[in-house]
Amino acid sequence: MTEFFAYFQFPFVRYALIVGTLIALCSSLLGVTLVLRRFSFIGDGLSHVAFGAMAVAAIVGITNEMLLAMPVTIVCAVLLLKSGRNAKIKGDAAVAMISVGALAIGYLLMNVFPTSSNVSADVCTTLFGSMSILTLTNFEVWLCAGISVAVVVIYTIFYNKIFAVTFDESFSKATGVKSDAYNLVIAIVTAIVIVLAMKLVGSLLISALIIFPALSAMRVFKNFLSVTIASAVISVVCSITGILASILLKTPVGPTIVIADIVTFAGFFLAGMIKGAKRV
Amino acid sequence: MALLTCENLSLGYENNVVVKDLSFQVDAGDYLAIVGENGSGKSTLMKTVLGLIKPLFGKITFGEGLKKNEIGYLPQQTVVQKDFPASVWEVVLSGCLSKMGMRPFYSKEEKRLARENMRKMGVTSFEKRSYKELSGGQQQRVLLARALCATEKLILLDEPVSGLDPKVTAEMYETIKELNDGGTAIIMISHDVGAAIKYANKILHVAGNVFFGSTDEYLQSAAGKRFLAVTEEKYD
Repeated sequence: MTEFFAYFQFPFVRYALIVGTLIALCSSLLGVTLVLRRFSFIGDGLSHVAFGAMAVAAIVGITNEMLLAMPVTIVCAVLLLKSGRNAKIKGDAAVAMISVGALAIGYLLMNVFPTSSNVSADVCTTLFGSMSILTLTNFEVWLCAGISVAVVVIYTIFYNKIFAVTFDESFSKATGVKSDAYNLVIAIVTAIVIVLAMKLVGSLLISALIIFPALSAMRVFKNFLSVTIASAVISVVCSITGILASILLKTPVGPTIVIADIVTFAGFFLAGMIKGAKRV
Repeated sequence: MALLTCENLSLGYENNVVVKDLSFQVDAGDYLAIVGENGSGKSTLMKTVLGLIKPLFGKITFGEGLKKNEIGYLPQQTVVQKDFPASVWEVVLSGCLSKMGMRPFYSKEEKRLARENMRKMGVTSFEKRSYKELSGGQQQRVLLARALCATEKLILLDEPVSGLDPKVTAEMYETIKELNDGGTAIIMISHDVGAAIKYANKILHVAGNVFFGSTDEYLQSAAGKRFLAVTEEKYD
């Protein structure tokens, strides 16, 4: 136990916990609306876009990869979420297309123009997350904190609008709500959170952060407000548990968090079944 | 001046014209039923009136102080709503959203309006229950209460009784009729020509030959007679 607390002496452990908690909070908030809109896979898709963009940035020699990855991902998010239901290529197909396409381009470029000697390790790191959460700098922690606060504030301000647009876009539009503008807000925030979250769990595991807490919450809770709050709490708790467990058990951070999410989902699934059975 | 006037509308998507040369108007207190076969363009017409799609040709004008966004709408159920975690209260209250502008939260007045409309539609007793767990008829009442929060002037109903059993269907029609008697103009899309003739005072038949006129005129018209003959066979 003393060994466990000794870890908190290290600033990198504290940084990891802070950043992990914040990213988990942001992604779970967005997760509720994304899952309900049948965009569960957007996390996966957009993170591959970010991966592709980072590969391009590394080759072109842009030192801060975010500068390229962020705008490219935002553009893709807007295209995907905005055209939504009326698009010629429907949501899931469009996400799959962009996801696979970006992954292929990124991997190809990294192989053709290798920037380091170990390409497959680089790719693996980007996809599955690395120990990068344990190598965060002071600046990155502040940046992440700032963006997280902004996301939470935006989500709170637009909460009622997000609910209405998610529940029934046609009705909202027909009664003069600026659905397109709110969809744009959701898309941009989603893109920002995903590019941020790549740092924590890597591209392939971002989906888990977005969908698991929301799905767990929906097993048990039946109105939007309680689902949103429960989803945020579940996500934060799983994230902290996952990070601590990974330090103690010396396992990779990202997958450990996802395992925590899966276990929680199983628990809520059972709880939902018991709750449902009682009512009947 | 009518609430809503449509002149020489051509509707459709891109190069695919669904309906041509459609003209009709809705006055305050009217109950207009839009009937026609599947694929004749009823839903396209409704989406155009709501401003969700643009007409290919023609003009839609709003009058008597009715603004474009003051139309209540009862849409058909979407897949998303089937497992959406939302309480009745949350759904009804969301009808007030268009009144909020940039304000982030609902005011007391908007909450009062939502409560009043829930009472009007008889859904107050399950305000805390989850929308997805309600019966089809109850869900429609909740959505009507939401539409009333958006406006009391004009409500568009898209197949309001689809999927409801005969008893609930009759109740639904009565509720709509009461709303209409209370001064709300109604536009209803329906397959049910029998109900359209019984309740509506104007009928728009969207088909090869567009018919628009009062219900009595419709009964005398060729389109009406043909459609009636078919449906009567079905009901006999």
